[in-house]
Amino acid sequence: MKKVNFIHLRSKLPLLLLVFLLTFSTTIYSQEAPAEAEAAPAEATANTGGDVAAGEALFKANCAACHKLDGKAVGPELRGVADKHDREWMYKWIHNSSALIASGDPTAVKLFEENNKVLMTPFPALSETDIDNILAYTSQPKAAPTPIVGGETAGAATATGGGVSNGLVLGALALIFLLLVIMLFLVTNTLKRIAEANGVVYEEEEKEKRLPVWKAFVQNQFLVLVVSIFLILSAGYFAYGYMMQVGVDQGYAPVQPIHYSHKIHAGDNQIDCNFCHSSARKSKTSGIPSLNVCMNCHKNISEVAPETATEEYSKEFYDGEIAKLYKAVGWDAAEQKYTGKTEPVKWVRIHNLPDFVYFNHSQHVTVAGIECQKCHGQIQEMEVVEQFAPLTMGWCISCHRETNVNLENNEYYAKIHEELSKKYGVEKLTIAEMGGLECGKCHY
Amino acid sequence: MASNKKYWKSVEELNEDSTIVKALRENEFVTEIPTDEFLGNKEALESSSTTRRDFLKYVGFTTAAATLAACEGPVIKSIPYVVQPDEIVPGIANYYASTMADGFDFANILVKTREGRPIKIERNDLAVNGGSVNARVHASVLSLYDKNRLTGPMLDGAEVTWPEFDTAVAQKMNEMTGKDIVLLTQTFASPSTSKLISEFTAKYPNIRHVVYDTVSCSGALDAFQNKYGTRALPDYDFSKADVIVSVGADFLGDWQGGSYSKGYAQGRVPKNGKMSRHIQFEANLTLTGAKADKRVPATPSQQLEILKALTGGSASGLPENIADAVNKAKAQLQKAGSKALLVTSLPDTASQTMALNFNANSEAMDANKPLLTRQASNTEVMNVVNGVISGSVKGLITVGVDPIYSLPNSKEFTEGYKKLEMTLAFAMKQDATASLAKMVAATPHYLESWGDAQIKKGTYSLAQPTIRPLFNTRQFQDSVLQWTGNTQKYYDYIKENWTASMLAGGSWNQALHDGFIASDVEMTMEEVKPTAEGTGMMEEGTSNGALSAFMQEGGYDLTLYTSTGLGDGQQANNPWLQELPDPITRTAWDNFLTVSAADAEALDLENIHVSNGALNGSYVNVKVGNTVVENVPVIIQPGQAKGSVGLALGYGNTAPGIQKEMQTGVNAYALYQNFSDIQKVSIEKVGGMHEFASVQLQSTMAGRSEDIIKETTLEIFNTKDSRFWNSVPVTDYDHSPISVRDKKADIWSPFDETVGPHFNLSIDLNACTGCGACVIACHAENNVPVVGKEEVRKFRDMHWLRIDRYYSAGESFKEEIETLENLPAFDTYKVVEVPAYENPQVAFQPVMCQHCNHAPCETVCPVAATSHGRQGQNQMAYNRCVGTRYCANNCPYKVRRFNWFLYNENDEFDYNMNNDLGRMVLNPDVVVRSRGVMEKCSMCIQMTQKTILDAKRDGRAIKDGEFHTACSSACETGAMVFGDVNDKESEVAKMKEDKRMYHLLENVGTKPNVFYHAMIKNTTEA
Repeated sequence: MKKVNFIHLRSKLPLLLLVFLLTFSTTIYSQEAPAEAEAAPAEATANTGGDVAAGEALFKANCAACHKLDGKAVGPELRGVADKHDREWMYKWIHNSSALIASGDPTAVKLFEENNKVLMTPFPALSETDIDNILAYTSQPKAAPTPIVGGETAGAATATGGGVSNGLVLGALALIFLLLVIMLFLVTNTLKRIAEANGVVYEEEEKEKRLPVWKAFVQNQFLVLVVSIFLILSAGYFAYGYMMQVGVDQGYAPVQPIHYSHKIHAGDNQIDCNFCHSSARKSKTSGIPSLNVCMNCHKNISEVAPETATEEYSKEFYDGEIAKLYKAVGWDAAEQKYTGKTEPVKWVRIHNLPDFVYFNHSQHVTVAGIECQKCHGQIQEMEVVEQFAPLTMGWCISCHRETNVNLENNEYYAKIHEELSKKYGVEKLTIAEMGGLECGKCHY
Repeated sequence: MASNKKYWKSVEELNEDSTIVKALRENEFVTEIPTDEFLGNKEALESSSTTRRDFLKYVGFTTAAATLAACEGPVIKSIPYVVQPDEIVPGIANYYASTMADGFDFANILVKTREGRPIKIERNDLAVNGGSVNARVHASVLSLYDKNRLTGPMLDGAEVTWPEFDTAVAQKMNEMTGKDIVLLTQTFASPSTSKLISEFTAKYPNIRHVVYDTVSCSGALDAFQNKYGTRALPDYDFSKADVIVSVGADFLGDWQGGSYSKGYAQGRVPKNGKMSRHIQFEANLTLTGAKADKRVPATPSQQLEILKALTGGSASGLPENIADAVNKAKAQLQKAGSKALLVTSLPDTASQTMALNFNANSEAMDANKPLLTRQASNTEVMNVVNGVISGSVKGLITVGVDPIYSLPNSKEFTEGYKKLEMTLAFAMKQDATASLAKMVAATPHYLESWGDAQIKKGTYSLAQPTIRPLFNTRQFQDSVLQWTGNTQKYYDYIKENWTASMLAGGSWNQALHDGFIASDVEMTMEEVKPTAEGTGMMEEGTSNGALSAFMQEGGYDLTLYTSTGLGDGQQANNPWLQELPDPITRTAWDNFLTVSAADAEALDLENIHVSNGALNGSYVNVKVGNTVVENVPVIIQPGQAKGSVGLALGYGNTAPGIQKEMQTGVNAYALYQNFSDIQKVSIEKVGGMHEFASVQLQSTMAGRSEDIIKETTLEIFNTKDSRFWNSVPVTDYDHSPISVRDKKADIWSPFDETVGPHFNLSIDLNACTGCGACVIACHAENNVPVVGKEEVRKFRDMHWLRIDRYYSAGESFKEEIETLENLPAFDTYKVVEVPAYENPQVAFQPVMCQHCNHAPCETVCPVAATSHGRQGQNQMAYNRCVGTRYCANNCPYKVRRFNWFLYNENDEFDYNMNNDLGRMVLNPDVVVRSRGVMEKCSMCIQMTQKTILDAKRDGRAIKDGEFHTACSSACETGAMVFGDVNDKESEVAKMKEDKRMYHLLENVGTKPNVFYHAMIKNTTEA
C-alpha cells in the first residue's frame, strides 16, 4: 500500500511560499489603485441617473440567481447591458420576455436562441425606476482588480522577514559563542604547553589516589539499583507512550485533491454541516457529499469573492480549485452545461476507524443531538481539515462515561429510563449506565 | 417420568468401545497441533538451509519491518458518487421485491442491497402463493458474484460484441430457414416470456419450443392435464389435512417443486390438543420421513403396491409389517374423509392419477389454482433428444438448461449435438452445453434481470434487477426481442403486457414495489403441445414401459433425489451450498450412495471413522442397463429400506465453468433413464476408500445425552402433566433435590436482565424440518467463511448455526421407553438401538450459541474477549481474542468456531472471499474475522441494534415482531421465533411460558437465552 508522510507538509508550505515571495515580490505601487476604483462608481451614477445602492440590492434579490455581472451564468453577463439595448425595450423584456419573443422581436428571439432557449423569469413587479436602478448598478465599470496579491506579499515579506532576522541574530550569536569556546580551549591548551615548556609540574599522584566518580558510583550498589530502576521505569514510560500513539492519527491533515475549505463553507458562509453531510442524520456514515451536491451552489459560484482570499491562499488559487470541481463533475462553465465526462474525486480519508469497530453517526447526531464539533473540532475554522480527536477506544469510553443520555421526547427511552434510574438511584443516566460500555455494542 | 430415550448422531456412537467417540467427547479439538511432529523431525530440520542464527535474523528483521510499517497508517481513499442516486444513502440498506425462477426453484423474495450491491435474500411476506425461499434461494445471491461467469457473448469460443453476435445469429437463422430448430428451455412460468416466445416462433416457423425440466415432473403433469385440462401441478395446503400419507413423496424437500413445509408445520404444532398425523412410506430417509409420525421403509417396487392398496387395492402381497401399516393408514385416511391427503412421488402417470383421484375431494388439494412451476413433457424432450441423435433436428437453442450435463444418454447426445448445424446456448457460465455450443449468449443472473412469473394460477410475480449487469450480458428475452425486430426492451414489454391485462387498472409501481399481485385475470400461457396427451392416457403407456423394466426381479431399487444443497445442480459453483451439510447424513461437498446396513453387509461395504473422527466409505460402481457410474462412495444410512439405495442428482459436473473445488461427487444424471427417479440397478464393490466431509460425529456435547432432545406423544402431551414428559432437571441442595431453575441452585450472582429488551430465541422442534435455510441465511448475514472439504472433514467448519440430527430407536416413543425400562441390567443401549438401524426415529435440532446468562465461556477467557450484555447476548470481541480456545473447550454446546486459518484473501481457500467479485456479497455491518480468533453466533446483534436505533431515531417504543435474527427471519415454518421477553405481550415471551419449553442441557445450569419446544409425535394408530 502506498504510504505518504503527511506530517511535515504543512510546515513546509509556508517556507516554500516565503521563497516564492522573496523572489517575486515587487511591492511599491499598491496604494494608488483603490483610489481610482472609488472614483469610478460616482461617475457611473452620474451617467445613468439611477441609484446604484438600491440597484445592487434589487440585483442581488432578483437577478443574481441566473445572472452575473461578469461572465455568463444561466443568463448572459449583465455588465454594460444598458448600453446594448434600448431602454424601452429593456423594460418590456424584463416585464415579460416571453411575450416579446412571441411577438417576433428579432433581438429578443436572437437572445433567446443564444441562451439555450431558456426563458427568463418575468418580473412584472419591478417598476421602471427599479429597472433603472438595476441598470445603473450594472453599468458600473468593472473595478480594476484590487492588487491584493501585491499588498499581501509585501505584508508577508515584512512579517516573515522579521522572523528570519531574529533567527539570523540568534544564529550569529550561537556562532560567536561557539567561536569563543573554541578559542578558550585553544588558549588553555597553549598555556598548558607553555607551562610544560617552562617546567611546571602537575601533582598527578594526588589525582590517582582519589577514586574516579564513576568507580565510586559502580561500587555503591544502592545507588546503582535506584538509578537502574529509575532508568527502566522511565524507559518503560516513554516506550509505552510511544507505542500508544502508534496508529493514532490525531492531527492528520492530508493534502486533498481539491483544496476544500471548511472555513469558507461552514465558517464564513455558515452552511449547516448536515446540508452537505446529510446522511449523518440517518445513516452510519456521515457521507462525503457527492459532487452533485457541490453543484447545487457552485453552478452559480464559479469564483470566490475577492474578500475571501487570504494571505495564504489567493483568489486565483481558490478559483482554480473550483475549476477542479468543474473538471471532476464535467461542467463546462463557458457553455453552462454538463459534458458528461466525469472524473470522480479521490478524497483522502481522514477519520478512519478500524473494520472491527461499528460506529453510527445517526445515533450520535440525531438521537443524542451531539454537535459535530464535539468530535471533529472547530471544523468551521479549519482551512484544511485535520483529525481533531484521537479516535481511540479510551476516548470513546470516557465520553460514554461522562455524557448523559438525551432522553427528551424519546418514547423509546421512557420505560428504560424509569427502570434504570430507579436501579441506580439517579436522575440522569450516563451512556455507560445504559449499557454503552458493552463490547458488543461497537464490536461485531 | 422423563424420557430416558437414547439419542445418537452416528452409528459409531452405539459402539461402547469406540475410542473415537470417547476422544471426541473429551476433546473439542481432537487433532493436536502438530508441533511435536514438526520439531521432532530431526532430519527435516537438519536438512533445512535455515540455521538457528538465520532464523533469529529473519524474525528480528520481520518484527522490525512490521513495527516500522505500523508507524504510518495507510492512505485510504474515499470516492463519493459524482451524482448520487436519490434512493441510495451510503450505510442504509434498500430492499427490492423480486422473484427467483430458475426453472427449479421459484420464490418471491426481497433482495437486500447495500450501496447498490445485493447482499442477502429475504422472504417476501406479502406474497401468498407459496414458492419456497429455501437454502438454495438464500444462497443464490452468491451465484451472482461467481467469478466463473461468462463475461460476454462468444462465437466459436472467442468473445465478441453483441452487434457482431446478433449479425452472426441472423445470418445463421437465414441459412437455417426451413430446417428444424428446437428452442429447449427451462420452465419459465412467465406470461411475458411465453408471449414473447410465441412471437418468436411465429416469426421463425421452423423453430419449435420445447420445455425441459432437468428433474422431471412429467407423470404428475400428465395426470393433472388429463383430469383437469391444464398442464400444471396441484397445490396442496398441508395445514388443512388431518391425515397425511405420503408414498415416497419428499414434500418437505423438492417434491414437485417443494414449498409445502410452511403449511405442513402449521398442522404439526399441537393446537387445542390436536395435530395432523403423518405416515410416510419411503425408501431413502428423507426430510419428510424424518418428520413423520410413522415412517415405514419400503422400496419403490413396494411403494407401487402400497399406493394401489391405499387407493382401493389389497395389501396382501406386501411384507407383514408394511401390510399392517398400509391397512392402518388406509383406515385413518378413510376416517379423515375430506381432511385426508395422499401424495406420492412415483413417476408414472398411473400412480399420479391414482393419488389425484384419491385427493379429488380433499380440502387440502387445490386443483383450481394449480402450480405452474413445471411444464416439461418427457415424450417431447425424448423426441428432441432422439432428433438430435438421429440428425433430424438441425439446430438447438438452449436456455437455462444444460442437456449435455443432465441428460441420461449424454454421450450419444453429445455426438449428435456436435454435428448440429446450429448450436446456440444461453448460459451464465461455461457449463457443459455452453462449452460445446458454437454460439454462446451470456445471460445475466436473475438479480440483474427483469422478469415476471405466474408461480401459481391467479398470482403474478415480478422480478426486477437490483444491480447493473456486472458483465457484458443480455437476458434471453432481450435477445429474442432484438431478433424479432422489436425495438422494445424487455422491461417495457413486461410493463405493456401487465398494464394490458393482469394489472387491470392497478398500479404498476405498486405491483413492482410488492413484487406480487393476486389477480384472477387469465393470461394465455403458451401451452405445451399435447403430443402425448392427444390420446388421453398415452403418456401412461411410455411411463409404464419404463416402470415395467423396473418391476423385474433382482438388483437394487435406486431412488434418485435432489439434495437440499445443490438441488438440480445449477448452483454447483456456490460454495455456501457445497458446504451446507446434508441434513440427514450431515455430509457436505459430496453425493453418495445411501445403502441400508443389511445390504452393506451383504455387499461387504463399510463406513469407518478414522482416528480424528472423520468418515471414510467404500466405493461401488452403480449400473443401470449399460450405463455405469463408477466410484460412487457409500454411506450406510440407518432407515434406508432394505434392497433400496439412494443417490443425489446435481453433482459431478466437470464442465470448464465449474471451479475445480466444486466439481464434487458423481454425476447421477447418467442413471436418470427415461427421466424416472426410480431405477433398477446392480451394485458392485470396487477398491479404495472415499474420504467424506461428514460432521455427524462432531459436537457431541461432551457425551451428555439427557436434556438434549425432549419428545413425547400427543396422547401423553394431552393427558399428562408436563412434569411427566418435560421435567425440569433437579440438583442437590442441602441433601434435598431442588429444581435447577430454583435460585438456590445458582452459585452465580444473576445479571440484571429486566431493563430494556432481553432477547430470547424460541425453537420449536415440531416445526423445524431441517431445511437448512437458516444456515445459509446466517452465512450471508454474518460473513461466515467457507473452509472447504478438507477442513470440514477435520470438523473445522465455521457454521455459526448447525442443525443436529439425532437418531433414536423404537417404532414409537412408548415402545422405546418400555424396552428401555425392561432392559436387563448390565446390558447396553446397543441391544435396543442396533435393530433401530433399520428404521430410526429422527429429530432435528438447530443449535447455535445459546447465549447463556451464566456462560461458561465468559469466565475462562483470559483476556475478557467474550462478555455478557444486558440484552442477553453473549458478546464476542474478535479484536480482543488471542485464540486460546479455552472458551470453546468450556462450552457445553460446542457452538464456538475457531479460525484456524485466514479464510479471506488466501489462495488456499479459493472461495468467494478470495476474489473481489465474491467479496461483494459481504455484509458491511459485520467484520470479517481473521486467523486465530474464536467466533460464534452473535444473535445477530447488528440486526437488533439496528432495530433499536431506528426506534430511537423515530422516538418510539419497539413493537413485537420488529426484532429479528437472520435465522428467525429465514425460517419459513415458524420454528424460530425471536423477540424481547421483557415485553410480556410478545410472542416469544408467551412461548417461553409454554409447557413444551425446555432448555438445552438445562442441568448444566447455564440459563440459556435460547429455548426449545419439546417434540410431540402423533402416534394415534387408529
